[in-house]
Amino acid sequence: MNLTLRIWRQPDPHDKGRMVTYRVTDVSPDMSFLEMLDMLNERLTLDGEEPVAFDHDCREGICGMCGLMINGVAHGPERATTTCQLHMRQFKDGDTIDVEPWRARAFPVVRDLVVDRSAFDRIIQAGGYVSAPTGSAPDAHAVPVPKADADAAFEAATCIGCGACVAACPNGSAMLFTAAKVTHLGLLPQGQPERRDRVLDMVAAHDEAGFGGCTNAGECTPACPKGIPLEVIGRLNRDHLKATARPTR
Amino acid sequence: MHWTNRRSELSVTDMVLLATRSTVGKKTVMAVTGIILVLFLVAHMLGNLKVFVGAESFDHYAHWLRTIGTPVLPDSWYLWIQRLVLTACVVAHIWAATVLAVRARRARPVRYAHRRPVQGSYAARTMRWGGVIIALFVVYHILDLTTGHLNPVGDRQHPYGNVVADFAPERWYVTLFYVLAVVSLGFHLRHGMFSALRTLGQQTAAGERRARGASLGFAVALCAGYLSVPLAVTLGLVS
Amino acid sequence: MYYVDGDPIADTKAPDGPIETRWDRRRFGAKLVNPANRRKLTVIVVGTGLAGGSAAATLGEAGYRVKSYCYQDSPRRAHSIAAQGGINAAKNYRNDGDSIHRLFYDTVKGGDFRSRESNVYRLAQVSVEIIDQCVAQGVPFAREYGGLLDNRSFGGAQVSRTFYARGQTGQQLLLGAYQALERQVAAGTVETHTRHEMLELIVVDGRARGIVVRDLVTGEIRTDFADAVVLATGGYGNVFFLSTNAKGCNVTASWRAHRKGALFANPCYTQIHPTCIPQSGEHQSKLTLMSESLRNDGRVWVPLKAGDTRAPGDIPEAERDYYLERIYPSFGNLVPRDIASRAAKNVCDEGRGVGPGGLGVYLDFADAIGRLGRDAVEAKYGNLFEMYERITGEDPYEVPMRIYPAVHYTMGGLWVDYDLQATIPGLFVIGEANFSDHGANRLGASALMQGLADGYFVLPNTINDYLAAGPFPQVDADHPDAVEARTAVKDRLARLLAVDGDRTVDSFHRELGRIMWDYCGMERTEEGLRKAIELIRALRDEYWRRVRVPGSAATLNQSLEKAGRVADFFELAELMCVDALHRSESCGGHFRAESQTDDGEARRDDENFTYVAAWEWTGASAPPVLHKEDLTFEYVQPSQRSYK
Repeated sequence: MNLTLRIWRQPDPHDKGRMVTYRVTDVSPDMSFLEMLDMLNERLTLDGEEPVAFDHDCREGICGMCGLMINGVAHGPERATTTCQLHMRQFKDGDTIDVEPWRARAFPVVRDLVVDRSAFDRIIQAGGYVSAPTGSAPDAHAVPVPKADADAAFEAATCIGCGACVAACPNGSAMLFTAAKVTHLGLLPQGQPERRDRVLDMVAAHDEAGFGGCTNAGECTPACPKGIPLEVIGRLNRDHLKATARPTR
Repeated sequence: MHWTNRRSELSVTDMVLLATRSTVGKKTVMAVTGIILVLFLVAHMLGNLKVFVGAESFDHYAHWLRTIGTPVLPDSWYLWIQRLVLTACVVAHIWAATVLAVRARRARPVRYAHRRPVQGSYAARTMRWGGVIIALFVVYHILDLTTGHLNPVGDRQHPYGNVVADFAPERWYVTLFYVLAVVSLGFHLRHGMFSALRTLGQQTAAGERRARGASLGFAVALCAGYLSVPLAVTLGLVS
Repeated sequence: MYYVDGDPIADTKAPDGPIETRWDRRRFGAKLVNPANRRKLTVIVVGTGLAGGSAAATLGEAGYRVKSYCYQDSPRRAHSIAAQGGINAAKNYRNDGDSIHRLFYDTVKGGDFRSRESNVYRLAQVSVEIIDQCVAQGVPFAREYGGLLDNRSFGGAQVSRTFYARGQTGQQLLLGAYQALERQVAAGTVETHTRHEMLELIVVDGRARGIVVRDLVTGEIRTDFADAVVLATGGYGNVFFLSTNAKGCNVTASWRAHRKGALFANPCYTQIHPTCIPQSGEHQSKLTLMSESLRNDGRVWVPLKAGDTRAPGDIPEAERDYYLERIYPSFGNLVPRDIASRAAKNVCDEGRGVGPGGLGVYLDFADAIGRLGRDAVEAKYGNLFEMYERITGEDPYEVPMRIYPAVHYTMGGLWVDYDLQATIPGLFVIGEANFSDHGANRLGASALMQGLADGYFVLPNTINDYLAAGPFPQVDADHPDAVEARTAVKDRLARLLAVDGDRTVDSFHRELGRIMWDYCGMERTEEGLRKAIELIRALRDEYWRRVRVPGSAATLNQSLEKAGRVADFFELAELMCVDALHRSESCGGHFRAESQTDDGEARRDDENFTYVAAWEWTGASAPPVLHKEDLTFEYVQPSQRSYK
């Protein structure tokens, strides 16, 4: 099939950037979206133009590196699918596809479609861990964990940190990301000692990074390739309330 | 700068600051003030329905409002306390909303060229403009039916007459504005109620379905209650 | 003359005596570093996967100053994240006869008797602590209703020793290590440098003292120094272009160290996984693994006749060849990875492959659906079926899946001693980047175990012995060795940009991958390997004449990143072929057509090849030097594998 692409090009963080139109021909429906961009880049390279920069790595939907706004939808039209797992059979011959980077002040554009998501690392640094220095652990069976809690913790822990929730949120909030980690660790016995500090510190780091506030608009979960449920935000809210009412130390 | 570093020496001021300074804290402010305002709306709506009982009952109800709390409190004091609390809630609600709205705008300095909402309900997307419409309406509404300045009759002793005059068929545009405002309120509540529950810690999928259902039902019921009065007057069922 | 023989490797630092006590005795014998002195010592860790992430976090906790580097935008994205199956540990929670000794035995045997017994035993010992550590960090392993950890048997093991978190075990373990790492960042003991790629090792006075990195965003070339350098940079499967590795996986860090004097061991040992989704066309950029567990219920077949293009449903039962069940009646579809892969290649070579290009075999669930019902099959494999459908557009409930082998893991890597130290003092290599524990073939669920064993428990104990002699004399960016290394990097980048030819980097990489797959893949022959070496050399020459790398070195330039990696892959590819050529036996993932039994199975040659082949770099146009580390087996007696 033949397609028209309108792709955000921005040579460096200081440039204003613009949408540039490209035509691609002979796109196979079996190609992934990124393979279609690879094909465009091969052609641009031979034509003496600079290829489009975009982040990607594992190309199997788990590393969280890829992420494009495709026709205004984070990761494109297929639900619960990362950009790298989106295939061209989701499009029709003659389609025009707009491709933009994630837009958020906390995710500045590095080049073209590449953004800087280090704000996510800073949120984790603020408390997204259990303090368990190597060698200090008791036997793994010392503390049983109810299966339901372990399963729910796992669901929350499947977040791949891609940033689609931020990209989709009308407020540019990273609350789904933050809440997924708060929920994962908050559901496990190992996460209890630091639970109150964790939520306060992670929310503070979230705000400090320049993300917007959550208003429960609900745009994040449909955009999330792992389908992290909106309820995790409710859990964060509850933990935050409790921690505010009775902070530790 | 993390809160943990200073947690041991928190004063009350710190606690308030801690509770409201984060985006989650502001959302909590919105939820709590919103719920207080909703409680008022329920009481207000029930009072409105007295119109259907008759002029005397309605006017008596209006006068009774001034006597709540007496003789412990002097006449009208309760009403003023309530007004103060409500005003504080409105101010806090708008303050938090504004701060969050400004923050949201700043959080995305470059807009998308192509943007399509994926799922968010109409109600969720129109909270901010809906809120502005409601705020403007409240100002008009107070000048109309509380102080009487914009009311064709403006007789503070006989509110029933004011209501009937207000929504007279020839003043259909007033009714229309009222209807629009109440519908906006309905949308605002539909998302706002759910959002408040979520903010206050509602955290299960089943609970979310219930909360969304309850919010929708509540919003519809409240709208119906509020719309019944002006529509009844305009249609001549109450005169 | 492809190589020359050198001196054997005399000392691996592995203690002797009873194998159960070796690790204890090594730890006791190693020098310690006083906690107060640790913050005066700096360690660079390159790579943030399971090995690198856990090592950086643990060294930070110990009080060393750690500088962590990765090419991705966050440490959390390293390719360990994609591991699906699970992690082995000799916990014996199932009371099914497992033990440290059995895990050790299985791993040595699974590695086809080409690994070092001392290292493997230590791996089995440490495996137990890994699970404890990960649970304490909040890794949400699968649990049973009683609240205890669930186990499954994996990869044909006869005991249930695999711990898992749905099909995302690697992700959950990596996030545990990543979170521990970020905790140390917050504590100020670890500095992370993301989007930085190591392009050279700096060796001063015979010790590894630093690295040259390129800031992938600004293009700046910087030098960084430390008392020791740890490489945790993963495997080199991407030399094949198509593999299950992430697109960015590369050999550059290891290769640069190799060129500076570190020996490279067993480069030809490559694991080819039998159940991957086949290539759909020339545009294919990588291959996706489907969990091995599918072979528990799926039946593998191809048409009996070559060139049969009928739809699978139109081929009657009598005209199908369930070749694994036919050739290996006792193991059937569950034969080990290397055997299943080679059998698939053989039937495709006979022209009986299915799908585009005839590179695929059917994995059919019709019987399982008939026997268990669709719901039961969906409950077991639903997510895998969905993934398959998302990628291929075909519904595996209706049409048999098509699968084909793909490069998955590389057992070879930089040679290390028992302390995980390379032949350059101060250079430590951990995880898939080293060669140490898997011999000629890795068992399922053992890669995660080895990465975390190295990072959490082994390296943090052994590196002290080296660092106790530090801090070493201060080195700065103006040191002649640093200047030389930095200049070499800049020159190399400039050369790549200056060619300005007419072919893209990817087109060369694809062609190189094709050569490797054809001649150094599942089946290798002397003639093929000789030919491959010629082809690789010719292609490498062409590369430096015709490659086109657009853009400049002073910005984010993904083409330039790839170009440097592919240049190193060319050199590695040649060494892989030389290694495969010299090892004229078949063992594990290395199958030499000349060394097979009468019925086509791999035949080891223990008499001549019971050694690790560690190669020394002597220059781009000089033959590498082979150093042998003899392997001795005191606890597990070598035997021939049979799955008939």
